[in-house]
Amino acid sequence: MRILGLTLAALLLGAAGPPGAASCTGCHAAGAGIGVLQGRPADDIAAQMEAFRSGARPATLMNRIVRGFSPDEVRALAAWFAAS
Amino acid sequence: MTPRRALLAGALATPFLGRAGRALGVARVVVVGGGYGGATCARALRQAGVDVTLVEAETAYLSCPFSNPVVAGLRDMEQQRFGYDHVIAAGVRLVHARATGVDATARMVQVEGAALPYDRLVLSPGVEMRLDPQPGALPGYGADMAERFPHAWKAGPQTLLLRRQLEAMPDGGTVAMSVPANPYRCPPGPYERASLIAHYLKTHKPRSKLIVLDAKDAFSKQKLFQAAWAKLYPNTLEWVGLSNGGRVTGIDPDGTLQTEFGAHPADVVNPIPPQRAGAIAQAAGVSDRTGWCPVDPVTFESRLVPGIHVIGDAAVMGAMPKSAFAAGAQAKVCADAIAALLAGQAPEVPRLINTCYSLVAPGYGISVAGVYRPVNGQLTDIEGAGGTSPLDAPPGVRAQEAAYAEDWYRTATTEAFGEPGAAGVDGRR
Ligand SMILES: Cc1cc2nc3c(=O)[nH]c(=O)nc-3n(C[C@H](O)[C@H](O)[C@H](O)COP(=O)(O)OP(=O)(O)OC[C@H]3O[C@@H](n4cnc5c(N)ncnc54)[C@H](O)[C@@H]3O)c2cc1C
Ligand code: HEC
Repeated sequence: MRILGLTLAALLLGAAGPPGAASCTGCHAAGAGIGVLQGRPADDIAAQMEAFRSGARPATLMNRIVRGFSPDEVRALAAWFAAS
Repeated sequence: MTPRRALLAGALATPFLGRAGRALGVARVVVVGGGYGGATCARALRQAGVDVTLVEAETAYLSCPFSNPVVAGLRDMEQQRFGYDHVIAAGVRLVHARATGVDATARMVQVEGAALPYDRLVLSPGVEMRLDPQPGALPGYGADMAERFPHAWKAGPQTLLLRRQLEAMPDGGTVAMSVPANPYRCPPGPYERASLIAHYLKTHKPRSKLIVLDAKDAFSKQKLFQAAWAKLYPNTLEWVGLSNGGRVTGIDPDGTLQTEFGAHPADVVNPIPPQRAGAIAQAAGVSDRTGWCPVDPVTFESRLVPGIHVIGDAAVMGAMPKSAFAAGAQAKVCADAIAALLAGQAPEVPRLINTCYSLVAPGYGISVAGVYRPVNGQLTDIEGAGGTSPLDAPPGVRAQEAAYAEDWYRTATTEAFGEPGAAGVDGRR
């Protein structure tokens, strides 16, 4: 059931992921030293992104990147990475 | 792409038939150039279930990213080298040959005596140096001069030649670099190189000087570089911008760089020449008067010749700079767009990121980032996003960015060549 749900989510989002996903994986691919996003809970990914946006979580780079995405776009990315 | 995404894409490949009636797996895509753009694109296309042939002239790829530390004696050239075994293992058909022409009507690529048919062609040939007597070249700087006064703007024998010349120079000598006007491969690259050469001189030949003659008054991460130079290399590195006579107008046979303000003789000379898209772009008719290839920002299809996509350094589509990061990001967007087009679907409007890390010294990294989306046919900076590392960051943050630069390099090389490059920069040597 869960597997089916995930597959469906991935299908709806498209194999390629929402806009921006292919750039995130330039640093966050499977096995990446910077941190792997695939398979992490969507809420966690989205919360980290919003913490970068607000400055609540200090960052060297992600604070500059997150501002290129709306909260809705962040949620779509988070859902896709969680299901990947 | 994750194995899961690959599996999914593979499973989806069969049922989607293109409008032309060609299944994804039957359509032939040829990619010319197995660098950061082309190798990443070929692997991504394969993972999307597309039949891909990669045409690459060399048997191994030598990476420009992290080649400045090689020049400065902080890394070995062997660490820059990548083979194509993992690309082949991923299911990409590899043709070791130089592509010499394209018949866009018959949809054929000419490769050294043979012809490869394609439904869609991707060109990622990188840049070609404009050498005298080509138009736009630095007068006096021809191929023979480049063997004596290396540009080292393609990683290879010139990278090591420049390093040996620095090593052979006596203490108290002068090194001169010249930097061209925009656009060129890797906007912050010349300043990273200047920093690391200054680091080498300061460490090994402290009475020596480096002068950087620049055809511009403004450059990438300028404030960060200049603040670091003032702190780290105040007696070593001198930068001369356009308004102070920095534009180099010619080079003498003995390597002396000429500007409108005077002559700059030096012991080691590193002219970075003006550039244009790799030769195959001219042959295919996808480059314009500027020497670069205008493309659509959604599909990266040429504005001049249908069926041919251009990515990486050779392409222009707005504000994205010419970097390995950008080439990889464009490669994946282009692969997804081609998979969609072959399946008869509309490609998604993309969002792209670029990030360029530079080292101003071992363990001292800085970065510039941008997020881009298509606006009026051009990839345009999203306002408020991106920008550079802060000017006032503590040393710990610079060290973190130097480490992230290495992490990025491992990921980028894995995405292109299927194996992580060894990233270390040795600050002790
Ligand atoms: C000193 C230096 C430092 C740099 N540092 C960084 C960095 O830290 N980060 C970063 O993001 N970028 C960096 N760059 C920029 C980066 O190297 C380029 O942006 C990147 O290589 C572009 O990729 P590409 O696929 O367009 O071209 P390339 O990587 O140059 O690949 C082109 C490939 O095509 C092949 N080829 C060309 N023509 C043909 C043909 N007709 N037939 C067959 N094969 C052909 C070539 O042999 C080559 O393998 C640096 C560049 C330099 C010079
Ligand atoms: C150029 C490299 C780079 C790119 C591209 C990039 N990131 Fe990051 N990411 C980082 C770094 C570095 C960190 C660590 C925080 C910092 O210093 O900015 C990070 C941290 C994160 C974290 C927190 C991870 C954790 O362990 O808690 C998330 C979530 C994240 N990134 C999501 C994304 C998403 C989504 C994208 C694409 C929109 C993206 N990143 C693009 C470099 C990158």
